[in-house]
Amino acid sequence: MSSMSLKAVSNTAGKIRRFPMWARIAGVGLIVVLVAFTIMMLRMSYIPDNLDTSATLMSEQGSYRVSYVPELSPVPINQIQTWTLRVTEPNGQPVEDAKITVDGRMPQHGHGLPTVPQVTKYLGNGLYQVEGMKFHMPGWWVVKFKIVRNSMTDNVTFNLMLN
Amino acid sequence: MKLPISRPLILGLVGMVVVAAGLIAWLSIPHPTWSDSEIITLRSLWIGSLPDLPPDLTNRYADDPRAAKLGYRLFFDTRFSANGKVACATCHDPAKQFQDGLPLANGIGTTNRRAMSIIGTAYSPWLFWDGRKDSQWAQALGPLESAVEHGGNRTQYARLIATYYKDDYEVLFGSLPDLSMLPANAGLVADSTAKAAWETMSQADREAVTRVYANMGKALAAYERLIMPGSSRFDAYVEAVLKNDTQQMNTLYTPDEVAGLRLFICSANCLQCHNGPLFTDNHFHNTGVPIIEGLPEDTGRAQGAAQVQKDEFNCLSIYSDAKPADCAELHYMVADGEDLIRAFKPPSLRDVAERAPYMDAGQFETLTDVLKHYNSAPEAPLGHSEIHPLNLSEIETSQLIAFLKTLSGPLSTSQEWLNSPGGTGD
Repeated sequence: MSSMSLKAVSNTAGKIRRFPMWARIAGVGLIVVLVAFTIMMLRMSYIPDNLDTSATLMSEQGSYRVSYVPELSPVPINQIQTWTLRVTEPNGQPVEDAKITVDGRMPQHGHGLPTVPQVTKYLGNGLYQVEGMKFHMPGWWVVKFKIVRNSMTDNVTFNLMLN
Repeated sequence: MKLPISRPLILGLVGMVVVAAGLIAWLSIPHPTWSDSEIITLRSLWIGSLPDLPPDLTNRYADDPRAAKLGYRLFFDTRFSANGKVACATCHDPAKQFQDGLPLANGIGTTNRRAMSIIGTAYSPWLFWDGRKDSQWAQALGPLESAVEHGGNRTQYARLIATYYKDDYEVLFGSLPDLSMLPANAGLVADSTAKAAWETMSQADREAVTRVYANMGKALAAYERLIMPGSSRFDAYVEAVLKNDTQQMNTLYTPDEVAGLRLFICSANCLQCHNGPLFTDNHFHNTGVPIIEGLPEDTGRAQGAAQVQKDEFNCLSIYSDAKPADCAELHYMVADGEDLIRAFKPPSLRDVAERAPYMDAGQFETLTDVLKHYNSAPEAPLGHSEIHPLNLSEIETSQLIAFLKTLSGPLSTSQEWLNSPGGTGD
């Protein structure tokens, strides 16, 4: 059916007005841009289906097992809070001498945390105190901890769904 | 008849139109019930979700009823001004939701910003549009020394306390310092004579007078902590939703108000800044609000962040009762960055329909004007705007406004605190 119609169009080529090549290229380009934009918007506005919100994760390169314990559970909105981060080797051995920095953001909104949290204290036994955590909106947040030890860096990123 | 375009293209176009029509139809059908996640959101906005007021660790008198009583009288007392005519209540009128209904506040002169309401501000870690103060008591001290607001100064105020409020003051804060040898008008103010007089005073005298001044602020804050929003029709509606009482829901809200509420919590992105039971995140956002010609440059939080860090009365100051460890908000605040430029604190939306005009300098006269701005989302005059065009129809805009009007309600504060005490100059 469609091949016939295509044939019909090509048979009549020259007799009817056709789209010039530049228009076709522009049209295809426009469609590609629209599709890409739609995909981007969908990615921006939708939360991944299988979002892993566990509070314990292996770091990206598998060097550490990391878990967080918030001061208050569920994690409240608009309230400054302290977290405890537990960092161990995959075998459970506490990691004592890591330099840890914190960053957080909302992937759907493109903004960061309203505060600049810091790891303020090593509490022993692989536990690190993180002060100044705050979330000012409900929704999907990611909190990334950068763990540096012996000039080796590994990251872990937690997903939080806050109400 | 042969068409100049191929059949697959026509089919494709027809398909797109059908999909678009279907989507529009689906979006325009009223959804009579709320989903589980929407109910969680509604509950988060409900006044019943307002947590107990946390203690103000910077003010050890914050919850002392005697301090509240003193603060209440000071709040209405016009003697605490350069011309004897300006009190806190002048711009924060209890009959007008503790604001003045003017685009720019009017005291001794005209300020560069709109007066914010005091209602519920005890919950905010930051005060003023730019958060240049980090407690209610520190906030209260700003206008008292501003040349265009109360226009007075510290020794003048300390003398007024000694003359009219000595007993009430001393029972709370201890003995007043000896003021007899001090200049009548001295303080860290724009007035050059008063400023020069302040500089002639010894460090000890300045600190003693400033201590009285800070205590005045703490009494005012003890009063202001009592100014809290009450239940609105919106809250009654949420209660009906939580009980799944459809009949009650239909009695309380019209279909337009329901539609407006749905827009508010879903597609209109309002929760991005106006969340929680006070409908504000108390953070700072640039929403591209226009600059008013003739006013000095206002970079909002960018200047406020710098100011609060070195504020004489901040959480870490000698006049604060907090331990440094209690000053987490100040310690971990975002101090710089482009996001702060022309970012302002979103006011609570409770009673918003009663509080025209809108924005930091009263740029918009009506809620319709505000929504027109959010709908088109123009580029920010400075910094970058966080908002994107909403593309709401006129009907949707009116539905959103219908919903916003349901956020009005009486204060939960008892009437005795809202009437002028009388006999103290008001």
